[in-house]
Amino acid sequence: MAQCYDIEYLRELARQSRIDVIKMLEAAKSGHPGGSLSEIEILVALYGHVMKHDNDNINMKDRDRFVLSKGHGIPGLYAVMANLDYWPREDLLSLRTVNSRFQGHPDRVRLPGLEASTGSLGQGLSIAIGYALASKLDNDAYRVYCVIGDGESQEGQIWEAALSAPKFKLDNLVCILDYNKGQIDGFVKDVMPLEPIADKWKAFGWHVIKVDGHDIDELIRAFEEAASIKGKPTFILADTVKGKGVSFMEGLIDWHGVAPNKEEAEQALKELGA
Amino acid sequence: MATTATRKSFGQVLLELGGKDENIVVLDADLSKSTMSKMFADKYPGRFFEMGISEANMIGVGSGLALAGKKPFICSFACFVTGRYDTIRISVAYSEAPVRIVGTHAGIGIGEDGNSQMGLEDLGLMRGLPHMTVIQPADDIETRQAVTWMAENDVPSYIRLTRQNVKDVNGPDYTFKIGKAVELVPGSDITIMATGGPVYHAVDAAGLLKKQGISAGVVNIHTIKPIDVEAINKYAKLTGHVITVEDHNTIGGLGSAVAEVLAESGAGKLNRHGLKDAFGESGTYQDLYKKYRLDAEGIVSVVKEIFDK
Repeated sequence: MAQCYDIEYLRELARQSRIDVIKMLEAAKSGHPGGSLSEIEILVALYGHVMKHDNDNINMKDRDRFVLSKGHGIPGLYAVMANLDYWPREDLLSLRTVNSRFQGHPDRVRLPGLEASTGSLGQGLSIAIGYALASKLDNDAYRVYCVIGDGESQEGQIWEAALSAPKFKLDNLVCILDYNKGQIDGFVKDVMPLEPIADKWKAFGWHVIKVDGHDIDELIRAFEEAASIKGKPTFILADTVKGKGVSFMEGLIDWHGVAPNKEEAEQALKELGA
Repeated sequence: MATTATRKSFGQVLLELGGKDENIVVLDADLSKSTMSKMFADKYPGRFFEMGISEANMIGVGSGLALAGKKPFICSFACFVTGRYDTIRISVAYSEAPVRIVGTHAGIGIGEDGNSQMGLEDLGLMRGLPHMTVIQPADDIETRQAVTWMAENDVPSYIRLTRQNVKDVNGPDYTFKIGKAVELVPGSDITIMATGGPVYHAVDAAGLLKKQGISAGVVNIHTIKPIDVEAINKYAKLTGHVITVEDHNTIGGLGSAVAEVLAESGAGKLNRHGLKDAFGESGTYQDLYKKYRLDAEGIVSVVKEIFDK
């Protein structure tokens, strides 16, 4: 059932989205580059190929739903959706300024097109489960995708949600962990270790798939596998690099929540081929 | 006069509404026998979701269902559901997700289980959230109409219900109007503004006070937010003095809501009666209402203290 896609187009979408993230954060002088760059291929695979959605009809009844539970990664989603013509790319530069639709964390009321307001960590997966239950009530009208963070997985509500989705046999739900291994105070393994992550989600009753979170082909295959699984939700453990795509940001905790200055942004954009 | 627990009125009307609107879905966190959502669950199992003892997840799942166009009622004890405040703040209020939050077992009226099961700060918490409507009905007919209002209005809302039986204070022709206070007893010396479980005690207290030469009016404030500014000022001007009565902390609840109105208008003096910055404790409902002076005799004594000063 695999559908054709143009991998070069998707890679270009990822590259352009990274460029937009850097430009946005430089303009805003604040924000979260690390987690916005680590999630890009996940978002590109979903919005660029896997999900059923329509930028000309954002309220399309049976559109697939996407919830960015790790709300601080929102610049990545703003950028990907801008590149898919949800909103003008130049508007992105109003990020984090007064009266902007592009809030520091997702606001579904100010920015129609987003499916959830998040930012207080741990809440988005529950909202995604609500969407998935509603879809089931409406005869499996659509599929639901939710990206969570690894630091976020220290929240208790994530595990309440993890317990509940298998109970309701939500095979229309996919939770993707952007496993970039860093959080504000340090490495996840030092702040509050999560391993063995895959074993935990398996034990909770999820179908678990491990992928390279920067390999779009692998991600798409995982989403196709998830769609074929019946009777249980799927958890995709996406191995990612914090700050991916910018050499001096990759893997460094210091870039969790600090924006690049003009010189840093110039270098980052050069590396990204802007 | 008939008595019923408002949680029971809720369970019954929810069952009726479920038959009329298939978008209504109900979630509970292992308390469906106590919140009375079980009546709906038994009749409509496909639209009832038992979430287990996981209130935060229940709130978030309710948000997703609401954003997808369903009409979720999420049910637990008032203290447990509003205790997951940040989830309500972001996933419901900020999201403008029309989740109908039901908090039963309000106040010390729950009795023997004691403080940890008593919702005593919930009104203050919910009142502080933008976009949230906060309702506390006083009897059976008011609860039925308030719950119907919640079903029919796609806004985030919170309703606070009693475990204990309460006496009817409204007649059979009563019509609930959101945000509009209801005069139950006319009076000229002081106005008792009450909400929820203590309302019928306030009506009884007014009767006792009349015999002692004090004309106390009683106004039922069933909507805590939006508060009826006009009525509060009107009755404050009419009698010059207002006392609020509630089974809730005087900080944050009806007392605070009325204080905010009167502080800005200067329309009249105010005393606040309820749990005075205190937690609850175990005991029978009757003994607790006596100790905390929320029964008729207690309210009479509080009012007389005001006049004696």
